[in-house]
Amino acid sequence: MTTPPRIAVLCGGTSLEREVSMRSGTRVANTLTDCGYDITQLDVGGDLVAILRDGAFDAAFIALHGAAGEDGTVQSLLELLALPYTGPDALASTLSFNKPTAQGLFARHGIHVPRHVSLSQLAFRELGASAALDHIVDTLGASLVVKPARGGSSIGLTLLDSADGLPAAIMSAFSCADAVLIEQRIMGTEIAITVLDGNPLPAIEIRPKRGDYDFSARYTAGATEFHAPARLSDEIQQACADAASQAYRAVGARHISRVDVIVATDGTPFVIELDTCPGLTQTSLAPLAAEAAGLSFTDLCTQLVSFALRDA
Amino acid sequence: MRLDTDPYLDRYAERVQGLKTSEIRALFSVAARPEVVSFAGGMPATAHLDMKAVEAVAAKLIRDHGPTALQYGGGQGRVELREHLVNVMAEEDIPGHADDIVVTIGGQQALELVAKCFLNKGDLVLAEGPTYVGGIGAINSHQGEIQHIPMDGNGMRTDLLEAELERLKKLGRAIKYVYTIPNHQNPAGVSLSLERRHHLAALAEQYDLMIVEDNPYGLLDFADTRRVSVKSLIPDRVIYVSTLSKIFAPGVRTGWIAAPAPIRDKLVLLREAADLCPPNLTQMLMEAWLGTQPWQQQVRRFTNLYEERSKVMLASLAQYMPKDVTWTVPTGAFYIWVTVPGGIDTSMLLPKAVQRRVAYVPGRGFYADGSGENYLRLSFSFPETDRIAEGVSRLGELLYDERELREAVYRRTPPANESS
Repeated sequence: MTTPPRIAVLCGGTSLEREVSMRSGTRVANTLTDCGYDITQLDVGGDLVAILRDGAFDAAFIALHGAAGEDGTVQSLLELLALPYTGPDALASTLSFNKPTAQGLFARHGIHVPRHVSLSQLAFRELGASAALDHIVDTLGASLVVKPARGGSSIGLTLLDSADGLPAAIMSAFSCADAVLIEQRIMGTEIAITVLDGNPLPAIEIRPKRGDYDFSARYTAGATEFHAPARLSDEIQQACADAASQAYRAVGARHISRVDVIVATDGTPFVIELDTCPGLTQTSLAPLAAEAAGLSFTDLCTQLVSFALRDA
Repeated sequence: MRLDTDPYLDRYAERVQGLKTSEIRALFSVAARPEVVSFAGGMPATAHLDMKAVEAVAAKLIRDHGPTALQYGGGQGRVELREHLVNVMAEEDIPGHADDIVVTIGGQQALELVAKCFLNKGDLVLAEGPTYVGGIGAINSHQGEIQHIPMDGNGMRTDLLEAELERLKKLGRAIKYVYTIPNHQNPAGVSLSLERRHHLAALAEQYDLMIVEDNPYGLLDFADTRRVSVKSLIPDRVIYVSTLSKIFAPGVRTGWIAAPAPIRDKLVLLREAADLCPPNLTQMLMEAWLGTQPWQQQVRRFTNLYEERSKVMLASLAQYMPKDVTWTVPTGAFYIWVTVPGGIDTSMLLPKAVQRRVAYVPGRGFYADGSGENYLRLSFSFPETDRIAEGVSRLGELLYDERELREAVYRRTPPANESS
């Protein structure tokens, strides 16, 4: 009998998405343990490198969300330690985690993205950017999405229907990151496409039962209705899948990524962002997409481990 | 295909529909990390208990009374413990008999049982604004409606309570009870003045009110003052709630309710449906603690410790906070209530605070109506003094930075044609 792979499941940490990451990590660790893997679940902290260096692990499963885990920091350390890991590499992670950078990259590859502007705190503190806020509304309209330039789970995100709330929304985003991304709000069908090893899985349509797809709609079981595949024409579904695959290639992703898309009323898919460490909780989109493709959560986790070992 | 993340959704009771995951709760998960100086939780300094004495009491309990300690007990709680709890109340001159008492799983179960006993959907409770998060939770979980009565440095504004009672009377709106924490209030840190206690009692008589008097902190008084309880003024109108969590430790989950006999009987029946009985093990441990140990000395040690920590926090606030930030001066217990300049939303600011490795509870949590955005609660009970100074320094820097950034974001230059 061969020895089961020894896997470190990395989760937790001090990012704002720690709680979600703990849920993802625990679910992954339990699933892989049930499959016979030798699992160590690590709440990452100051001793991470020493534990990984001395732990004789075969691979690391990254179930981290937010800064450090998703922005290429942990990936760089794992590359330094020559430890195979799941998910996109350090560069792809860095590019994707910075939303304005990723959107610029997508646009250069001919992918539709919402019109947007990104402003740093420095721009306000030292360059008088507040004088440009009226121009933002003139350029992008008053229906806006204001969010931190880095980070996920809708923390610090505000949807606006008028210009009045713009400064408050910017302050809210600045509470999470040092730059803000202000986008034209695309009205349409919200979908998420998980790309698994280069192959787009069925699109998941997101319909919050009440209000917007905010933090509680994301993580309260039953608060959002999901449809798979999305209730869109075959032609539009294909256009969305193509856009997601293109975005995946544009940042140089591998193994898994979730591409968030809004399909405008005229059928144009706008790529909003690409998440290199998608949530793996009970209510997360990537596991739902896998389920819609006939892959159980166990299949998803074991495939990701096999990709990491394959690409070592 | 429709995918359900909660296939049981249609089966839940109506009161469960509003329960949802919150971003703030998720951020508290980061606050629990050792890198963060957390002023968030109201945690007693359990490391300062005499652990050798606790160990000896626990070992003796198991050795001498193991089978009883590990057996079921009665729904009202052990009479031996209830007699000791009467003595604890007597320390504050609060009248009571062992027979009036129902032992609960901490003060929180007491608040939940009271809400369950009295509230139908939409029933009105008046409470201080701000008030204890768990008190709000207990009332919300039974679909009660909370209306806040503002506070100042002398506790609940009973003049405003009177005005509100009159207004509600004219509207024909019934009030199920008034919920108050008169001593070292959570979160405000202040105590109800003697004059207002009498006023509250008089209003209860005049308007036929029941009062839920929640007193977890009364013995942790920095000036060793024993304040007049509302229960001592109008015993038949008060449901008194307390706990050993703050004067011993929350790990034993031992609280109690002292209530008029008919209410007590209903509470016992409700609690038997919930959990049959409080655990004999912790009840007997507390009997031994209160019966054989100098527990009042331990309470004094705790109080001195908390007073020292409160002084460090107050001095740090004076040193590090921007001039337009104000705070209460606690009369005892655990908390300081901080007011930040209007426009700053402390819920919105929490992610930034956590990233700067300091945590607090945003004011909104202490109001049922979603207000309280420019307040925050700091708990000084748990962190060591050097950590308190460090944490307040981080918070001060954060507020200075926030103010500067806010000014920059909200700054408006005049239109070009007016600027010359």
